[in-house]
Amino acid sequence: MSTTEVTPDTHEGSSVSLQSSRRRLGDSVFSALSVGSGLLIFVTLALVAIFLTTESMPAVMESREATGSASGFSLLETTLPLVFGTVLAAAIALAIAIPVSIGIALFISHYAPRRLASTLGYLIDLLAAVPSVVYGLWGGLWLVPRLEPLYLFLNQTLGAWPTWPGFVPWVGGDPVIALFAGEPHAPMRNLASAAIVLAVMVLPIITAVAREVFLQTPRLQEEAALALGATRWETIRTVVLPFGRSGVVAASMLGLGRALGETMAVLMILAPGATFSFRILEVGMHQSIAANIASKQAEASGTEMSLLIFTGLVLFVLTFLINAVARWIVARSGVKS
Amino acid sequence: MSSPSTFENVSLLRPGEERRLPWYHLVVTGLAGLLVAIALLAIFDVLTVPSAILLGFVLHLLFGYTYSRIREGRRWAMDRLMTLVVIGAFAIAMFPLFSLLWAVVGKGLVRVIAAAPTPFAFWTADMSGVIGGADAGGVFHATVGTLLITLWASIISIPVGLFTAIFLVEYAHHGWRRRLGQGVTFLVDVMTGIPSIVAGLFGLAVFIAFMPDQSVRMGIMGAVALSLLMIPTVVRSSEEMLRLVPMDLREAAYALGVPKWLTIVKVVLRTAIAGLSTGITLAIARVIGETAPLLLTVGMVTSVNWNMFDGRMATLPTFINQQYRAGSANCMSDTVTNPVNQEVYACSITTNIDRAWAAALTLIVIVMILNIIARLISHYFSPKLSR
Repeated sequence: MSTTEVTPDTHEGSSVSLQSSRRRLGDSVFSALSVGSGLLIFVTLALVAIFLTTESMPAVMESREATGSASGFSLLETTLPLVFGTVLAAAIALAIAIPVSIGIALFISHYAPRRLASTLGYLIDLLAAVPSVVYGLWGGLWLVPRLEPLYLFLNQTLGAWPTWPGFVPWVGGDPVIALFAGEPHAPMRNLASAAIVLAVMVLPIITAVAREVFLQTPRLQEEAALALGATRWETIRTVVLPFGRSGVVAASMLGLGRALGETMAVLMILAPGATFSFRILEVGMHQSIAANIASKQAEASGTEMSLLIFTGLVLFVLTFLINAVARWIVARSGVKS
Repeated sequence: MSSPSTFENVSLLRPGEERRLPWYHLVVTGLAGLLVAIALLAIFDVLTVPSAILLGFVLHLLFGYTYSRIREGRRWAMDRLMTLVVIGAFAIAMFPLFSLLWAVVGKGLVRVIAAAPTPFAFWTADMSGVIGGADAGGVFHATVGTLLITLWASIISIPVGLFTAIFLVEYAHHGWRRRLGQGVTFLVDVMTGIPSIVAGLFGLAVFIAFMPDQSVRMGIMGAVALSLLMIPTVVRSSEEMLRLVPMDLREAAYALGVPKWLTIVKVVLRTAIAGLSTGITLAIARVIGETAPLLLTVGMVTSVNWNMFDGRMATLPTFINQQYRAGSANCMSDTVTNPVNQEVYACSITTNIDRAWAAALTLIVIVMILNIIARLISHYFSPKLSR
């Protein structure tokens, strides 16, 4: 136990006023520093918003939408395919990561031996410690060639099947959403590969929150279920999962925020394109906002740079909204993470 | 164990016999699944180890469920199935971790150890004068850049983050400070979610707005961008640690007449120092691997640049990306000669990719060292408050 090494002042009459004024000085300096740091956070975020907005204004002003002329670039036609690619990659990543994360969280909280649980949790946390550029390297060089047989298999067996029937007129997509259709060819630098690596990257985030929620399930309810003769799975299905539902939703939103903003994995794996295609196995069809900025920033200047900053602003607003909803759900459910 | 169905089947059980099957039935169904998987894959001539394990696991789910359903009943079969599924989920997550570490260590270590001209020269050489497929060069310049930029990001972030945490825990109790505190908590949450590329754009936009030269890139820009990502993690972890300090300690200090700021410095911070250092080390470890902001703000060079305020800098993450982008090199002959200093190097087609793996190994080693330091600090120096 660390104790104070502060020697209590012996209040001699003459030095009292001096002491207290010096104290007040120290206190006010310290409190000013603290409040100042808090205010700095406000200022910083305001600056982020202001700089992104002002720097993207030139592109907005020169765009076809603002000038009304038929020549020049269109803000919507540049941004929307990128938004589509970003959201589609993140959605597929989450579709893979959420079930796996729930499984891992249940394994650590309810299945693994108590003594092993913290070590296993640490292994999952290690996944979060790996830098994103290393994921990109691993995904691009190691994983992509190994996924090729799987993609060809999916393409041959499920390619003709509509995964989701429906017409999407506003993006001008296929009349039928067939995820595995098309003609994939090696190297498989397609959206599916990028999404798989994104899934690995968001796994630890979702798992960490879901694990905390599952561990907070009231012990008495679980024991009551077991006492009624429920199997372990029935206990989880009837007690743990309903209790943790909002926590898992919030965790997934946090993971979504991360997947939307991730740059390197997409940049290093995906061959870029600008379509509204749902065919995730085809190469050179999609691109995400973040990867687009990273790949074009070196040569960009003037209006091009401004356009990139505009897409960055769109990404910022998108992730801000999703994170805000996630935090709101977390706060409402009263889960500490 | 006495659902109505057992009651009907009770004649099948010997007295004292469990309705559940012993564990080795699981091994039998597992082996059966694996063997059938191998046989099936061999018939279709697509037999590989991962595909056999994957199909074997799926078949094991099927066989185990069916077998258990016949012998134990629907509810226990479901329980067994879900146990296997949950374990499978964990195994799926371990697969990328270990295959990634295996690939990085396996491919990177060779290049680091066997680097020309002397072992471990990869860590002491830079890329100046390395041309074409020359099997030379190293990451000294990039390591220096990474460490310098992270150091500066820490110099900016740690005081701001720590003081913000102190404000939230010690000062934001009443009146306008309370409201400010709520606002700060919300904004820190927002900052946690800022995509790293947006942080990079911010670092770039701030500097090119005030600089005459639009193409200016320097280390401090990267440090500013990184601190935008680092501050929220420092605030979060420090706040959590400061809240763990018992109120009794503060009250005891106040009762002795110690001023508030001295109480914070000598009592609160000192009690929480282990947790604070752990959190800050983890924040550094998180930020040291960030690539996207540095791609936008610091550029790339081939030699060491110690000056944060002038000129471009190389960093390990951007170096990995650059070498990966460069792809395989051209080799006209077995050797490459530098036209300037006439030095002769061996030529290797894979030299860029090899350097990327070795740099990735270097980066992972740095991150892991930071993580281990964090764990050691929290293990040895944390005060025994509760438990």
